[in-house]
Amino acid sequence: MRYDGTQLSFDLGHGGVLEVRLHREPCNEIGLVMLSEVERVAEAAHAPGVRAMVITSAVKRGFCAGADLRELHRENAARASEPVEARVREVRRFLDRIHAAFDAIDAAPITTIAAVHGVCFGGGFELALTCDLIVADKTARFCFPELRLGLIPGFGGIPRLERDLGNAIIRDLLLTGRSLGAARAQAIGLVSQLVAPGEHLSVAHRVAQQACRFDGPTTKVAKAFLKPIPKDRLAREKDVFCELFAGPVVAKALARFDADTSAMPYLPAPPSSEQQDPA
Amino acid sequence: MSTANDVLPRLMTLAAERFGKRASELRPADDLFDALGIDSVEAMSLVTALEERFAIEIPDYEVQDVRTFEELATVIARRV
Repeated sequence: MRYDGTQLSFDLGHGGVLEVRLHREPCNEIGLVMLSEVERVAEAAHAPGVRAMVITSAVKRGFCAGADLRELHRENAARASEPVEARVREVRRFLDRIHAAFDAIDAAPITTIAAVHGVCFGGGFELALTCDLIVADKTARFCFPELRLGLIPGFGGIPRLERDLGNAIIRDLLLTGRSLGAARAQAIGLVSQLVAPGEHLSVAHRVAQQACRFDGPTTKVAKAFLKPIPKDRLAREKDVFCELFAGPVVAKALARFDADTSAMPYLPAPPSSEQQDPA
Repeated sequence: MSTANDVLPRLMTLAAERFGKRASELRPADDLFDALGIDSVEAMSLVTALEERFAIEIPDYEVQDVRTFEELATVIARRV
């Protein structure tokens, strides 16, 4: 099994480990093309002969910076004359597709591992959270910057974190928008293994090979027992996201992000520059 | 508790080593982005390295407005 896409590729190695490599510069932003290729990954994760899966990034900046906000801004601006309901319907269609793909990866009957370095933000963090285990090198940083855009994470991240971790750390991440380094992420149980810079992929393959030693049908049953899909919260997340998307903050915030050249565009602008902002 | 003056030499040495500069060429009041020739992602990697070196956490918003080495040292000193 092999797929060479424009933004990601995968192939099935000896022993049944599927390696998925994201390779869209600058940092694997998830727009419509990436979504369609992630849907292929979701399908492959359930294919016969696949015993484990490793998702990694081939770009230097990191694992994935999240949704393609510039594409979202362009799409939204191009539809500015349409009723807000039409724009929300379009966003909901995107969310429905990405939720279906992420749920399928989450529920794959195999052991899945995200091999993470550098930026792991927003939708990229949410992709990593669909995996059973996260192996991170010391350069990895995890962040949910969505409040800065007047939104909540929309690709299933909060329900998956609620399943996996305590609510206090979720509030810290979401309500401050700060990023967590890999060491802290390991300390709170988010990262399974913390490794030296550049060693995340080789260690993830070792984990995958170990997982492949177990009986496949047993792994499938164990996964279904250990990792239920939080369906009600995921559905509610989509509703909240769409309610916020219809509000007055998002379009302005997307335009500001599109023009932002600051060092930390994922954080809200400090009060001084906010006051100078003509928008 | 350390002061910014305690932290500054260690911070500048680490930053210089990380980005291939000579520590002797860096000044406390230098704009660290210009002096190190780094972008936002490299700045984030510097924060990660500083967290490891000083065994602290540095929330992003604490360094959002930081421009110079001495300002960064002040942020770190509050947490060491």
